[in-house]
Amino acid sequence: MKTLTKSIARLTFALSLGVATATLAGGIASAAEEPAAGGHAAAEGETPHYPMIKPTLESWSFAGVFGRFDTAQLQRGYQVYKEVCSNCHSMHLVSFRNLADEGGPHFSEEQVKTLAATFQVQDGPNDAGDMFERPGRPSDRFPSPFPNPQAAAAANNGKAPPDLSLMAKARAVERGFPWFILDFFTQYEEGGPDYIHGLLTGYTDPPAGVTVPPGGHYNPHFISGPSLAMPPPLSDGQVTYTDGTPETVDQYSRDVSAFLMWAAEPHLDARKRTGFQVILFLIVFAGLLYYTKKKIWANIAH
Amino acid sequence: MAQSAAVEPTRRDFLYIATGAVGAVGLAAVVWPFIDQMNPDASALALASTEVDIGSIQTGESVTVKWRGKPVVIRNRTAEEVSAAKDAPLSELKDPIARNGNLPADAPATDANRAATGKENWFVMVNVCTHLGCIPLGQQGEYSGWFCPCHGSVYDTAGRIRKGPAPENMAIPVYSFLSDTKIKIG
Amino acid sequence: MAGHSTYNPQNPLLKWFEARLPIGGLIHSSFIVFPNPRNLNYWWTFGGILAFMLVAQIATGVVLVMHYTPHASLAFNSVEGIMRDVNYGWLLRYLHANGASMFFIAVYIHIFRGLYYGSYKNPREVLWVLGMIIFLLMMATGFMGYVLPWGQMSFWGATVITNLFSAIPLVGEKIVIWLWGGFSVDNATLNRFFSLHYLLPFMIAGVVILHIWALHIPGSNNPTGVSVKDKQDTLPFHPYFTVKDAFGLVCFLILYCWFVFYLPNYMGHADNYIEANPLVTPAHIVPEWYFLPFYAILRSIPSKLGGVICMFGAIAVLFAVPWLDTSKVRSANFRPLYRQFFWIFVAVAIGLGYLGSAPPEGGYVIASRILTVYYFFHFLVILPLLGLFEKPLPLPASITESVLGKGAAAVTAGAPSAPQTK
Repeated sequence: MKTLTKSIARLTFALSLGVATATLAGGIASAAEEPAAGGHAAAEGETPHYPMIKPTLESWSFAGVFGRFDTAQLQRGYQVYKEVCSNCHSMHLVSFRNLADEGGPHFSEEQVKTLAATFQVQDGPNDAGDMFERPGRPSDRFPSPFPNPQAAAAANNGKAPPDLSLMAKARAVERGFPWFILDFFTQYEEGGPDYIHGLLTGYTDPPAGVTVPPGGHYNPHFISGPSLAMPPPLSDGQVTYTDGTPETVDQYSRDVSAFLMWAAEPHLDARKRTGFQVILFLIVFAGLLYYTKKKIWANIAH
Repeated sequence: MAQSAAVEPTRRDFLYIATGAVGAVGLAAVVWPFIDQMNPDASALALASTEVDIGSIQTGESVTVKWRGKPVVIRNRTAEEVSAAKDAPLSELKDPIARNGNLPADAPATDANRAATGKENWFVMVNVCTHLGCIPLGQQGEYSGWFCPCHGSVYDTAGRIRKGPAPENMAIPVYSFLSDTKIKIG
Repeated sequence: MAGHSTYNPQNPLLKWFEARLPIGGLIHSSFIVFPNPRNLNYWWTFGGILAFMLVAQIATGVVLVMHYTPHASLAFNSVEGIMRDVNYGWLLRYLHANGASMFFIAVYIHIFRGLYYGSYKNPREVLWVLGMIIFLLMMATGFMGYVLPWGQMSFWGATVITNLFSAIPLVGEKIVIWLWGGFSVDNATLNRFFSLHYLLPFMIAGVVILHIWALHIPGSNNPTGVSVKDKQDTLPFHPYFTVKDAFGLVCFLILYCWFVFYLPNYMGHADNYIEANPLVTPAHIVPEWYFLPFYAILRSIPSKLGGVICMFGAIAVLFAVPWLDTSKVRSANFRPLYRQFFWIFVAVAIGLGYLGSAPPEGGYVIASRILTVYYFFHFLVILPLLGLFEKPLPLPASITESVLGKGAAAVTAGAPSAPQTK
């Protein structure tokens, strides 16, 4: 045990040394990087805000050890998705039946049947060999608004709107040192919804001197450039909530971000619940093993 | 370990047993996901029901559709087939249970319990031999019902096993008439 | 894997079996009574942890294959099918993906432990080389496994790494096309990577058996580096080291589960949740974290061939360590200078890892170059010279003496050090 403590002390020392080296190197780098970054920005159109404004950490019901999705929020988020996003964006990995899942929006079976039937789904071929449209069933995937990516691009100024099934896990803004180490302890894995929320609420007028390319919309929260092809999708009062939740862009974007996190990680509730049980079990088991080991090694110098 | 045996033997043994038991519980809990992953997944369980248009099936004709990966035969039976099935006494049947997903599990295998309720000419059945899963050929064999070419099981015109190695009548799936010309299986 | 066996079953059936296939005796002599130095610390539990991780990866991997489809147009969606629809699919996939990272965490600790305590020195050179072969196979397996989900990072990682071979003069292009089975990374590439990703773990298991065999010839090294002299220096493997390894393993599992259940994507890349697109490269291509030090070395050299040679050289030099280190003393505990250089080297390796993830520009490149030079300097200059100039501290006469202090050895003459049956 003594050697272990000693070794740990050494490791800590080594880590701090490594960190010091890295910080030093980073320091040198950032000093040397200034002109490079400037050049980069120049190529993107002289934007003082690019590299982007990093997303702020919002509070989510599904964050942390005991995090769970808020069913009401997911249902509202679904409403925003259905009424706004789904006009352009597909979500082809999610099925209607998933909307009834526990730990998800948890609509009733009947509600899901009704919801599904509001979409037209392509099926076939029928006996005559033709494809046909029919109302959706719970087992169907969400239909895409465009038949193929080319059609989607053609209808949207040449940029196909990305699929939203995994959007909340497919965007990550560089956290940087030391945050990426702290994130390990704080279990920060909400970078996706934070980013989506930041983007949806982040549209502003371009600052003086910034010209936005035609078809572009200035948004300093966008990850890969100063502007993006998607126009601001939300406006206050656009979606009518029935539960008295404020009908603001901020609230809409929170709800739809939470919904997209669920769409990307539908088993998050089960994962965190199982994780708590497993880790608790392992700690107890480790404790028992520790005392067993102590007993066995009692009277033996080592 | 003879040296440490003198010190509190019972407490020590309890500790060893507790540790071993907790380890065994943990191992058992880990095994379950590895077994359960082989069960049908959520998409398979949610498989759509099938709707079939039966308006064009003439008397004496059958249509086969795929449901849950299996052939389901829908037959518009002739009057002779219906009466042959009705006339067979229950005592002669190898399997006296209806095996009808729409009826209680102990319903007797009368023709009325095998055919569509109130439409005795319509007959819907999972066309899979209950012996080892082959697909019996229609309108063949001693009873002009179904005959399984694999091992010679003979079924009558209500899909009931009469001769051969198969133990049970062929299964009737859950289905319902949406209209006179449309049925929904599943 | 151990010479002498005291296994002598009483059960007639076991007796009958043992006479025909003495596997009971093999297990008994290798994992029950095998004499281990009594002073092994917790850094020595990582061998057992690695064996566990190999088994865990094979078990979860075999199960994932039951649901995975190795086809360029189906692979991505089949992985999402596992995540969404398969019973416990999310758990099995996260166990496997994070298991790869945990495997590498354990193997790096294991390697650094060997470097610190001189476990590669006479008579354990072959043991070390076998370990390096395992490390190489692990890297190949890890790389090919990361390609299978067929996300953006899978695709572009595969493209970049296979293109390394194009640096080979004359035949480079031909080799790359041969590796791809086409003119770019595509379905043929995915299928061969899948096949090899399934094969290599079993090859690793084979080399692991050789590794344990080679370990059991001289027995384990220990923190003093002093060889085992007599029975008092050792304890039987069971129960002393089985319970110690088990405790170490469960602590390691807590860390593993922390990732699996609470940060399952922490060590992955967001871009890999976007399906592979051969027409668009992600803005910032980074390999998995366990390749980052080598990736930093690759990028630090401003020549394609030179970079590739240096990267492979960085691995090759590890194979030569037993012959580069000229010191007769094994453990760094008794080598005051080497100990300091060891920790500098650890810092350099971590620094290279950090730089491998940084963008290849400005000061990062300069820092990478400095650390790359130092990496090779450590192995090619410091290790050979240090043995000639360094004055080691006095070594204990035996392991028992180091544990109990001088003159105490006689007191423990009756200590349970001899292999014994329960």
